[in-house]
Amino acid sequence: MVTYDKLIFELSAPGRRAYSLPKPFVKGYAMTELPAALRRKTDLLLPEVSELDVTRHYSNISRKNFGIETGFYPLGSCTMKYNPKLGEEIAALPGFANIHPLQPAGSVQGALMVYDELQKLLAEISGLACFSLNPYAGAHGELVGLMIMKAYHERRGDWRRTKVIVPDSAHGTNPASATVAGMQAVEIRSNPDGRVDLAALKAALGDDIAGMMLTNPNTLGMFENDICEITRLVHEAGGLMYYDGANLNAILGKARPGDMGFDIIHINLHKTFATPHGGGGPGSGPVGVTRELCEFLPNPQVKASDGHYYVFESAEAIGRISAFYGNFRVWLKAYVYILSLGRENLKALGGLATLNANYVKESLKDDYELPIAGVCMHECVFDGLKDKSTGVRTLDVAKRLLDYGFHAPTIYFPLLFPQSIMIEPTETESKQTLDAFIATMIKIAREAAETPELVKTAPHTTPISRIDEVMAAKKMILSYKDYLEDRDKQGEN
Amino acid sequence: MSTVLAGLKYSESHEWVKIIEGNIVLVGITDFAQSQLGAIVFVDMPDVGAKIVAEDEFGAVESVKAASDLISPVTGTVIAVNEDLVGEPELINEDAYGAWILKVAVDDMSELDNLLDKAGYEKISK
Repeated sequence: MVTYDKLIFELSAPGRRAYSLPKPFVKGYAMTELPAALRRKTDLLLPEVSELDVTRHYSNISRKNFGIETGFYPLGSCTMKYNPKLGEEIAALPGFANIHPLQPAGSVQGALMVYDELQKLLAEISGLACFSLNPYAGAHGELVGLMIMKAYHERRGDWRRTKVIVPDSAHGTNPASATVAGMQAVEIRSNPDGRVDLAALKAALGDDIAGMMLTNPNTLGMFENDICEITRLVHEAGGLMYYDGANLNAILGKARPGDMGFDIIHINLHKTFATPHGGGGPGSGPVGVTRELCEFLPNPQVKASDGHYYVFESAEAIGRISAFYGNFRVWLKAYVYILSLGRENLKALGGLATLNANYVKESLKDDYELPIAGVCMHECVFDGLKDKSTGVRTLDVAKRLLDYGFHAPTIYFPLLFPQSIMIEPTETESKQTLDAFIATMIKIAREAAETPELVKTAPHTTPISRIDEVMAAKKMILSYKDYLEDRDKQGEN
Repeated sequence: MSTVLAGLKYSESHEWVKIIEGNIVLVGITDFAQSQLGAIVFVDMPDVGAKIVAEDEFGAVESVKAASDLISPVTGTVIAVNEDLVGEPELINEDAYGAWILKVAVDDMSELDNLLDKAGYEKISK
């Protein structure tokens, strides 16, 4: 296969054109009526290409992409499950696709109904009282949740609570969100089982603690068995519990964060509720809270009354955290997913994800170092190859997987182990796919022993081979202009 | 296997301290730390004149694998930073004990007694 790496601008030939614009659905306006000051004086610098040029260009580009629809994507912590087409179909309906957030509420009752019903579904699923769907993604949800935590303490006149406890296994976004929210992250170590160390937690608690952020199951795929004791201790010390919903998939319908004692949570709709993600989004990170915190949820808010839906701004809210209501069409897809699966199937999903992860874990533990034995939840973590003598590292294994048509797992996270490989198969993969992946991982372990150079120099079959990561970090080429400048410079040398 | 030098003091968070003279010390990260981090691409250092406090962070190292906080092994004032690391952070990978990060005037030299010696650090850096 010849590697295609052109930009569409490089195909441009003067005078070539191909377009048929759709009829405008907004009537009664003509471009010529625009005031002269608002009209362009120069031509648009668009590529001049034929329809065939465009079609070939994007077909070729798409062949360099790897997504869940190309192959197995076991990226730990990211829950790369299949995104059903039904969601896309519903979200593309003109009644949803062509509305505008500034339309009067009376003309978008259907969209507001989806808002209201989805927040109620999420409340039932999570065991919290009320939700805002406005946050744009998981980390944004974390920030909003911590702003609520902070506002809660400050409104009580308690200004000393500026610290947030995060375990050392936490997602990097947790301490980052605490910092952005103007608080200070306090890290506590995990115990040898990879769970929260109660002694370390007790030592960190005090009247300067605003709360604790916890993912359950945690990033090692371990359920926090002491969760009720953890939430009790934090509440006793006057703090609030924040649930990072990144791993909610594993316990969906079986256990509810609200029942465990969490006060604030975010849910990654783009993970647990199967909306597309990767490549930067769009995500959606609804935030849910207990009854006593409902007043803090951000504006604008949607409320139902007498069969009508209203948009309003609450004076008690922490303010606005989004331009409008969040990523509407992402929630639409999550709403479709929840309703089409229903209660029974939603309950089955975490069990299947857990079964898949344990199947992979047990099948690979002879060749890969399993630092924490026992049953895991929806994902499993290895600490590199069992045989460390070959010099083949986790990075090499991940690169070699690409040669066999698999997306690499998450590597070097969690930070608890030097050679972490984090595998999350999700419930949507078949036994056949898992078996093919397992066989390949075992084959790579054998290659590492017999032909280590082959693995250390992988990948060999991808359009771009091993990247010089140091160079990539130090010398960034971020635009076409930079690329041209760099190419000219190379030419001179 | 990573190297641990005699005559230096070590923290559990993998920084080393070398006494130059009096209360003037150099601070860097250990060979074990650099081997765990992998290729280092950026070192975030404090300004000269900054006060640093033992067990508090004073900067960060970023490698292709991760970004890690640098934890100060001593309390004192930064009197120099290693400007060579701005353009060539990989110097730490090449020689972790040669590529110092900070030169510090330490407030109280007895604080160094809390740090590990070669044998103590070897135990935690395997």
